[in-house]
Amino acid sequence: MSQDIPRIGRPFVRPDAASKAAGAEKYAADHYGEGLLWAGAKRAGVAHGRIRAVDIGAAAALPGVVAVLTGRDVPGTNRQGIVHKDQPVLCDDVVRHCGDPVALVLAEDRLVLRKALDLIRLGIEPLPGVFGIDEALLPDAPLVHEGSPNGNILLQAALRKGDAEAALRSSPVVVEGIFEVPFISHAFLETENGVAWQEADGRLVLVVSTQAPFRDRWEIGHALGIPMDRIRIIGPYLGGGFGGKDGATVQCLLALAALHAGGRPVKMWWPREESFLAGYKRHAARMHYRIGASENGELQALDCRLSYDTGAYAHLGGEVMALGMEHASGPYRIPHTRIEGVCVYTNNPIGGAMRGFGVAQVSFAVERMMDRMAARLGIDPLALRRKNALEQGDTNGCCVRLTQSTGIRACLETLQKHPLWRGREAWKAAAGPFKKRGVGMAALWNAMGYGRGLPDSAIAKVELTREGAIRVYNGVSDMGQGNTSALFQIAGEILRQPETRIEGVQPDTERTYPSGSAAAGRTTYTYGNALIQACEELRRRILGWAALMLFADTLDDLELLPERVRYAKAKKEVSLRDIAAMMRDEARVCISQFIMPVAADAPDTGKEFVIGFPHLLFSHAAHLALVEVDELTGAVEVKRYLAATEAGRVLNPQTFEQQVEGAVAQGIGYALSEAVRLEKGRILTPDFATYIIPGALDVPEIVSIAVEAPEATGPFGLKGVGEVGMNGPLPAIANAVSDACGIEPNHAPLTGEKVLALIQGKGAASHAE
Amino acid sequence: MEIRFVLNGKETQVSTAPDRRVVDLLREDLGLTGTKEGCGSGECGACAVLVNGESRLSCLMLAAQLDGKALTTIEGAPEDGRLQALQEAFVRCGAVQCGFCSPGMIIAAADLLGARPDTGREAIREGLSGNLCRCTGYAKIVDAVQAAFEKLQGGPTP
Ligand code: FES
Ligand code: FES
Repeated sequence: MSQDIPRIGRPFVRPDAASKAAGAEKYAADHYGEGLLWAGAKRAGVAHGRIRAVDIGAAAALPGVVAVLTGRDVPGTNRQGIVHKDQPVLCDDVVRHCGDPVALVLAEDRLVLRKALDLIRLGIEPLPGVFGIDEALLPDAPLVHEGSPNGNILLQAALRKGDAEAALRSSPVVVEGIFEVPFISHAFLETENGVAWQEADGRLVLVVSTQAPFRDRWEIGHALGIPMDRIRIIGPYLGGGFGGKDGATVQCLLALAALHAGGRPVKMWWPREESFLAGYKRHAARMHYRIGASENGELQALDCRLSYDTGAYAHLGGEVMALGMEHASGPYRIPHTRIEGVCVYTNNPIGGAMRGFGVAQVSFAVERMMDRMAARLGIDPLALRRKNALEQGDTNGCCVRLTQSTGIRACLETLQKHPLWRGREAWKAAAGPFKKRGVGMAALWNAMGYGRGLPDSAIAKVELTREGAIRVYNGVSDMGQGNTSALFQIAGEILRQPETRIEGVQPDTERTYPSGSAAAGRTTYTYGNALIQACEELRRRILGWAALMLFADTLDDLELLPERVRYAKAKKEVSLRDIAAMMRDEARVCISQFIMPVAADAPDTGKEFVIGFPHLLFSHAAHLALVEVDELTGAVEVKRYLAATEAGRVLNPQTFEQQVEGAVAQGIGYALSEAVRLEKGRILTPDFATYIIPGALDVPEIVSIAVEAPEATGPFGLKGVGEVGMNGPLPAIANAVSDACGIEPNHAPLTGEKVLALIQGKGAASHAE
Repeated sequence: MEIRFVLNGKETQVSTAPDRRVVDLLREDLGLTGTKEGCGSGECGACAVLVNGESRLSCLMLAAQLDGKALTTIEGAPEDGRLQALQEAFVRCGAVQCGFCSPGMIIAAADLLGARPDTGREAIREGLSGNLCRCTGYAKIVDAVQAAFEKLQGGPTP
């Protein structure tokens, strides 16, 4: 903690770093409590089946077991889900994926818990399942949700602009490709967990690792039939989230457990394998693209079909697809588009939100297509992208006019000027024996906020404490992205107090106000805007009270300084502590709401999307990957990486870089090694030995350049930077590998095995995709 | 079983099952929650502690193995110059995001600085390759380890 005033645009060390590095910060996982009980779920282990019997006798009789609960014990609707309430807390009739919970055990300790879970006998009669997009769409496919009127289709939609078919017919150059990406896992280090208990008056309290504390209250209330005001959610700092803790994980199970714990605290902490088994995933997808251009490289038409596998439950499948479709045309000016999407249920794990929500998938497809188009036209891939890059005032691929900051061209120009780009040919030529080098790029965009139909709102609260310090009541979870540090900077900038005089309260439904989820790159934008209003109001109030105490005729003569207000003309000062003492409690608190703007005119397409489409605000980036491929093993190594990012104005250069570097590292995992491997719905990659995320040796030095383009509606000009960087590595690396080896790597991840097979089969017609 | 060991510089005696995992002993019995658990099977490094000055995974270690040893956890930092220098550098260099890997990462780095003080970036990356971080992309962690080493050597700080 320093005596400096946190200011906008200046480097500022995050206020949470010291306690985290010291091991002193208490995450949800670090809460235990007197008389603690442990809760755990018995998972189906069968991808699709009808529950005939759940024999809990032996488990319930085990000494140390406090309760064993099944679907029958769930008091409310027993259904959860953000948009569609289709996911049982405990399955009552059918299981739809291997990780579905069937029974819940409360035990005195973890050893007993494990034994009891093993003793539960499940009588599940297997039903035929569907495990892929094509299978799900077959006319006689088994239904994942019985009686569903649309078969296995969760949502089907189309976006149209102009006449794509005619424009493709008249385009002199057309390229076509099919791209596939697997399910991947968030793999945060702190797995899903929480602690819950019932207060003496029956109210439920949960301390939980969550990205959406206020929505959790609503989910629990609905699923368990408990009034929302009887539930309190406390959301400390998270050990990572990335979208995987947006939606109910342990919440309803824990709340149910607490109802049977006689007031004792109950802890549920998914072991890593359970996290892989039952946690949400990034949707697997297949994308079929056709793009047409004129001889001089002007894009004319896009026709694409996107298919997403949402797994067993809806969760955010429709919304993920909507965002994918919205971004399917890339950050390019394309006059004619036809973008079709279908999101299907299968008996695979549940697809959900993950950084780059639906966009990471289509970025791979559209950016591979741009490289292939450049090759066909014989134009430099960067020149092709620059020529077609969207600018402010243009209409994007789904008919939304871009009225706000649009910095993709500036990102591309930054990349073009960089020595890594300019020196690429010499770098490639210097490859050693049995190595091939290639350079690839990607142009990226990512919408910010919830989009139309779901108000992207935050309510900020700031207080002048009795001690004369500033306390910010943050309602949006900090899962590591560092929004807390931005809130300190905003409060410091407006209220001119040093860091030592600013305190932060993390989300707590009893102390902070509903401010939406930590998601969609919206956290600092929306809450930050609300906080600016609240801080400005508090500033006026402090000065107003000071005027009374200092006999000042006008507020303009007063200056707010660290810990005091000065009336320079009269050479007088009053401390904030004294001002606070004069104020009534309600006067020391300012509350303000902000709602993100949406596109003024809704496009006349995409009517299937009730919420989450379209968006008005986008962040942008241009990425460059320099890779080396081992010709003998096919192994791909990323040697250097450049990310030029436009996310409005930068509030804190250090946290900005953190977001870019972290997103690129995750993207490298998506590109090279990560895949939840499935066999008939069973996960074959249940741990870090089989599900490979990048380690310190797998991520190169990353050059991050901020391309600032202040956003008029942003807090101090900021837009969200958390997501856009995730979308780049897969296409940039695939383009680089293609450049190095002359192959078409169109299926992620690009493992050595796959790349080697493509190299060896080069020229064979079989994989001309 | 009675186990005696030195915990963060203090003589300590606990009575526990000999097969209790050290990570549970620390977190649940002794309230030292700075040591994290990310996988429980030796793959992530979040649970690292120093045993007689060397980095060990407390999720794979049993209480009985502690007998007679000196154990340092992330909370033991003030007594240990290496840990303190690393903690300060992690904070200053922006190596902490969600921070769940940080304690284990700092312990592993302390071992590295003690054992093989090679401060080349590749050597540091190799030394930390058993510790996973999902947030940072590692570059700032490497920066921090280099900075801490230079400080300990009395060299220039960036
Ligand atoms: S928790 Fe011990 S190595 Fe992961
Ligand atoms: S900072 Fe989050 S895992 Fe490393």
